Amino acid sequence: MVYLTRIEHFNAAHKLYNPNWSKEKNNEVFGKCANENWHGHNFELYVTIKGDPNPDTGFIFDAKKLGALVSEKIIEKVDHKNLNMDVDFMKGKLCSIENFVIGIWQELEPNLPPPIQLHCLKLVETAKIYVEYYGGK
Amino acid sequence: MGKKVAIFRKEHFNAAHRLFNPDWDDKTNSDVFGKCALPNYHGHNYELIVKIIGEPNEKTGYVMDMKVVSDLVKQEIIERFDHKNLNLDTKEFKNLNPTAENIAIVIYDLLRPHIPVEKDLQIRLYETPRNFVEYPI
Repeated sequence: MVYLTRIEHFNAAHKLYNPNWSKEKNNEVFGKCANENWHGHNFELYVTIKGDPNPDTGFIFDAKKLGALVSEKIIEKVDHKNLNMDVDFMKGKLCSIENFVIGIWQELEPNLPPPIQLHCLKLVETAKIYVEYYGGK
Repeated sequence: MGKKVAIFRKEHFNAAHRLFNPDWDDKTNSDVFGKCALPNYHGHNYELIVKIIGEPNEKTGYVMDMKVVSDLVKQEIIERFDHKNLNLDTKEFKNLNPTAENIAIVIYDLLRPHIPVEKDLQIRLYETPRNFVEYPI
């Protein structure tokens, strides 16, 4: 079993805000991230797949094709967008990177051709903050 | 003539913005600024490098005390722009397109009065890891 990672970049605006709470409560819990006029980040998405190298190509999966797939299914939907307002798979959800990485998994995983398995998504929000998700509960 | 040394202080902030010329129609804005003109904003992790050039003080050995520079940049720049929407939340960009070029000029103008006149100041601003600007040149 070999693990292959493809890295893609995008940037987007978002805010952390629970509409069921008052503005004061949102500010208390989310601090500056609750700014009603949004803020933004340069995100890095690490997509790790796993599998055995194909005997004919030596590839688990063509890394260029993986890049194209991630671009089509994820990057085009989120790049230069407002995550709260513009991204269909984040509608009605709190736009934390935790929820965002789960949303990306749900969008991407069904689109990977068998027998490729998605192993891990790593989403980097700032130089000091990132999340990892391995699927499941 | 003494020996000049450059000192650098790095700071970070993140913010939302959009590139938009209000004198143009939506199509022209979209043609010129592409995805950066999208109406619901996007965002970046900005990395700011403040460069100060001067002769080390004879008594301290400092060009400028880094703690003083750090506090100055935090007070004048980071508190003003961090987790903000540059177009909506800052007076500096009410009537100025918040391109990296213009942000660098604004930062220079905000800091310059606080740096001793005999020292040179230069701003390098990274909008993404691959796009950065310098002012003045």
